[in-house]
Amino acid sequence: MADPIAQFQIKKIVTLGHIGPYEIAFTNSAAFMIAAVVVIVGGMLLATRGQTLVPGRLQSLAEITYEFVAGTVRSTAGNEGMKFFPLVFSLFTFILVLNMFGMIPGFFTVMSHIAITGALAALVILTVIIYGIYRNGLGFFKLFWPSGVPLFVMPLIVVIEILSFLSRPLSLSVRLFANMLAGHITLKVFASFIGLLATSLGVFGWVVGILPFSMLIALTALELLVAFLQAYVFTILTCLYLNDAIHPGH
Amino acid sequence: MDPIAAKELGRLIGAGIAAIGMGGAGIGVGLIFGNYLSAALRNPAAAQGQFGNLIFGFAVTEALGIFSLLIALLLLFAV
Repeated sequence: MADPIAQFQIKKIVTLGHIGPYEIAFTNSAAFMIAAVVVIVGGMLLATRGQTLVPGRLQSLAEITYEFVAGTVRSTAGNEGMKFFPLVFSLFTFILVLNMFGMIPGFFTVMSHIAITGALAALVILTVIIYGIYRNGLGFFKLFWPSGVPLFVMPLIVVIEILSFLSRPLSLSVRLFANMLAGHITLKVFASFIGLLATSLGVFGWVVGILPFSMLIALTALELLVAFLQAYVFTILTCLYLNDAIHPGH
Repeated sequence: MDPIAAKELGRLIGAGIAAIGMGGAGIGVGLIFGNYLSAALRNPAAAQGQFGNLIFGFAVTEALGIFSLLIALLLLFAV
């Protein structure tokens, strides 16, 4: 059976230099991230080049994406959250395009590496903490002091709130990474069933191989849904955490 | 049994036990979507407004299952 993990291997394309003992290299992961940025920026520029009142196909795609993200930001973080719209929109399109790239056979799935998702989660959480303290001062810590709770259970609630705040960057990064990793391993394992059946059982194997093949098609459809859903989940959680920074003391 | 084989055995059994945790997350995610669907059929007009809450509940529930998957993956590939 082909190694289901081999698809996640980072391959070096060019070595750029060394910093201390660490090698700084341009990898396939970086190449796909640049390709995603080119696709997003190029697509958006192309879509908004000749603006018409009745939008064409590409322009409606851009408008639908904008309205979708803007609606999410407004409904979860309020109108003040629209200040962070560029951040949220960039995160959503970046993750979505990279996840969709990952669904193309032979392409690298950038979001299956916790280094990447961890960096994105750190960006979000640091934005929340820095903006929350900048905007509310010490009032930001009311986040851990919910109103309307009886005083005698307060110590417990504060501990739980702090723990849940600390687990946010972990769950935000691990959710995206593990979903993409597990989904792609599943696809690979099911695909290797077909090869195993065909090579070991001959004609009978080719006929029975239809079963894992149709399963694989269904799983691919599911993975496309997961690729979109995880990008959306990351976006909506970003908005909710930003809402905490804008309106602490819930 | 020699210690290396015992470690290997414990690692693989531990990964299997850790993966059971995903079943609980599966029950939770099923409850969330099932309850959303039944509520949406009772009051379809209000369903669209609760889509964000649905996804939030799904994400928070799923995170716990993902944690147990992570433990299984760590046992399989990192330990």
